[in-house]
Amino acid sequence: MEWDSGNAAWMLTASSLVLLMTPGLALFYGGMSRAKSVLNMMMMSFGVMGIVGVIYILWGWSMSYGTQSVGGIFNNPFESFGLSGVIYDAGGEWIEGLGAYPQIIDIAFQVTFAIITTALISGALAERVKFSAWMIFAGIWVTLAYFPMAHMVWGGGLLSGAEGSIAAALFGVDADGVANTAPIDFAGGTVVHINAGIAALVLALVIGKRRGFGRVPMKPHNLTLTMLGAGLLWFGWFGFNAGSAFAADGLAGWAWVNTTAATAAAILGWLAVERIRDGHATSLGAASGVVAGLVAITPAAGALNPVGSLVLGAIAGVACAYAVGLKYRLGFDDSLDVVGVHLVGGLVGTVLIGFLAVDGSVFFSDGHLGFGGFEQLAIQVIIALVALVFSGVITWLIAIAIKATVGWRITEESEISGIDLTEHGESAYEGIAAGRFATEGK
Amino acid sequence: MKLVTAVIQPHRLDDVKSALEAAGVRGMTVSEASGYGRQHGHTEVYRGAEYTVDLIPKVRLEVLVAAETAATVVDAIVQAATSGKIGDGKVWVVPVDDVVRVRTGEHGAGAL
Repeated sequence: MEWDSGNAAWMLTASSLVLLMTPGLALFYGGMSRAKSVLNMMMMSFGVMGIVGVIYILWGWSMSYGTQSVGGIFNNPFESFGLSGVIYDAGGEWIEGLGAYPQIIDIAFQVTFAIITTALISGALAERVKFSAWMIFAGIWVTLAYFPMAHMVWGGGLLSGAEGSIAAALFGVDADGVANTAPIDFAGGTVVHINAGIAALVLALVIGKRRGFGRVPMKPHNLTLTMLGAGLLWFGWFGFNAGSAFAADGLAGWAWVNTTAATAAAILGWLAVERIRDGHATSLGAASGVVAGLVAITPAAGALNPVGSLVLGAIAGVACAYAVGLKYRLGFDDSLDVVGVHLVGGLVGTVLIGFLAVDGSVFFSDGHLGFGGFEQLAIQVIIALVALVFSGVITWLIAIAIKATVGWRITEESEISGIDLTEHGESAYEGIAAGRFATEGK
Repeated sequence: MKLVTAVIQPHRLDDVKSALEAAGVRGMTVSEASGYGRQHGHTEVYRGAEYTVDLIPKVRLEVLVAAETAATVVDAIVQAATSGKIGDGKVWVVPVDDVVRVRTGEHGAGAL
């Protein structure tokens, strides 16, 4: 087999870029937490790099991809346990991956997705959760929620366009057995963002608010970290989206341009809302706009034209800027707005594909403006709803099981004196900035 | 001898230092402080949520002077520290019983 070394080189680079997103996320979240909790916030991401990295090798790939699908929901975890039989064949040759390079590179790419998706959830749980409970949750959640979602959408399961999928049942299949209208989730609007976003909402409800939430100021302690983190996320996201072309080709370039177009427009959208509503365009708003745009374009990066991406990004920026205020009105402590940014942005991106995709969407037909029908929109809404319900129910079951056994919350005293000190035996800063002048206890 | 203490806006420190040098003051102690007076801090907005930040950054400046120059020094500080906006700070004067220069052991006015 003659490998395409250009594709192989790009996909190894893309995998490395996506892995860098998780430390980037740790900075993004760490800066938004208070000085007494920043280490725990960052450790939730680094802990996931450990636990999910190990689990992916053992049964993660096997549950996501393979030939022994269980009801189109997940693949047999023991088919290629420990990556047996998926690296090289009986003759000792590398098994081919998705793009004329060895499959082991696809495995590298996918493990990084499992890590960042699980780490995203931690933003809803800032400053109050036992590190042990979080690590147990991460291992169970990635197994019962993430791998099945990856299988359903990307592994030929229920939410793909393959034979036996929901789309195939609704719209019929063509001569190759592919659904006539297949759902579009280019890089993970459902698998990554709706999945993590609904999990964050469910956990925030089950675990409850931080002591003093809504009463004492819980403002970000270091927005320079947050902005650096947002920049690293954007950089890493090129691996995420352009890498999802599985080749170093025009589609990868298209996804790159769409990613940047949507993100740029989302920054402006978010800042416009702030300037009009609050009077100032803030640095936190710019960093948040970056992430909102990146989230929304994730499922759409290979399906929209660049102008459509600008429209999608602007809508996502505005929608998420308003959505982050909901937690105060509804009274749940989604500490760092995983719901407002990832759930809302993921839904906006996944559903707007039905209006903006260049082929067969409501506004486009064969690449040109014009009525293209509602089938794409219908299947986009369906996969979004299935993802919401599936992940929501699974997460709720895991959350109440952990609540009833090891328990989620650290003690009140620990929460007031600071989770860094009590859970990790460390503090990030010396002196007054360490935030020991706690006010929650009053 | 008098101790003049001033709590001022951080951005007025350079002007106040220049004014004190012009008034013949040869030494001072400056420290970062935080607090609030009548203005009671300010508000900041993060992702649409408004927070009241009551303890805001100030600079505290302390100068030991001879009793007869205290009024001049106070005037120099007040003039240089004034921006006319709320939150400009306060200056106060207290009597000092004794001062010792650590290096030489001198007491009183000689140690100033």
